[in-house]
Amino acid sequence: MIKRYRFFFITAVLLAIIFLINRELGLKAVNVTGYAFVEMASIIPPIFLLLGLLDVWVPRETMIKYMGEKSGIKGIILSFVIGSAAAGPLYGAFPIAAVFMKKGVKFTNVLIFIGAWSTTKIPMFLFELSSLGSKFAVTRLLIDIPGIIIIAFLLSRFIPEEEIEKIYIEAESL
Amino acid sequence: MNESFYIITISFLGISYYKDKTKTKKALKKAWNSFENILPQFLGVIVLVGIVLSVFNAEFISKIIGNESGWYGTLISAVVGAITLIPGFIAFPAASLLLENGAGYMQIGTFVSTLMMVGAITIPVESKYFGKRLAVTRNIIAFFFSLLVGYIIGKVAGWL
Repeated sequence: MIKRYRFFFITAVLLAIIFLINRELGLKAVNVTGYAFVEMASIIPPIFLLLGLLDVWVPRETMIKYMGEKSGIKGIILSFVIGSAAAGPLYGAFPIAAVFMKKGVKFTNVLIFIGAWSTTKIPMFLFELSSLGSKFAVTRLLIDIPGIIIIAFLLSRFIPEEEIEKIYIEAESL
Repeated sequence: MNESFYIITISFLGISYYKDKTKTKKALKKAWNSFENILPQFLGVIVLVGIVLSVFNAEFISKIIGNESGWYGTLISAVVGAITLIPGFIAFPAASLLLENGAGYMQIGTFVSTLMMVGAITIPVESKYFGKRLAVTRNIIAFFFSLLVGYIIGKVAGWL
């Protein structure tokens, strides 16, 4: 219990020290923390509820069929679409990726899903288009799509097979 | 956006409950367990975000990205994007304002890209799911990829 919360305690102590050194900066940090907390608290419940439902209702065989080792291009496209349809910041993608691994989704597809979630989310793209213009947003999207796929394959090359297996075993317990 | 996400989730929950109560309870329990499992990391990250954002505020960011040019400014904006966690609905209008005020497309392109793809602060959360090595490697590759993205956006903005 104490070990699990060690990182949180360290950051809380750091915040307290900042507060003692510079009251104004400390107050601001507390404010931003409160804001970030509310934001996270509003985004996180549906993500975890959806992944609970996904875990219980969608059989492993179905996930393997559509996104598993032999899913090919279909699996890549599906990973892109699911990641892009998402809402919320990148950290919301990790718990869902864990369930994907539990259900036998291919490692590169898990990474493509993470990549898509991070940068090709459809609602965000539309917003980017309206604030930064089509030149900026479309160029970024066109580089990001192949980029995400290349990064996924590079990563699965860089990480030794035993470690990927370990990550999959760990996902079972999450 | 957030509301529709809630509506979808609640409808799924309703359908699930209607079809099978025990399965739905199991799903809720799983949801809670996976949430409780990651809670300590989330709390730590939230406080860290508070600290970092109070130091790297909007004026500070606009000062270093707005006036610098070339690879030096690009590198700085890449680092700032990598360590801050600014939601898109704040970042995009801010980026657009910076562009209007003379910031370069290469810098802003790199900043937006690292902001979305690199999460230096959330590495503890990412490591919990993927292990340290993968989390760190993914963030490093995404960082360099973002420099390329910024470079291309800069070129395209020059051509068109």
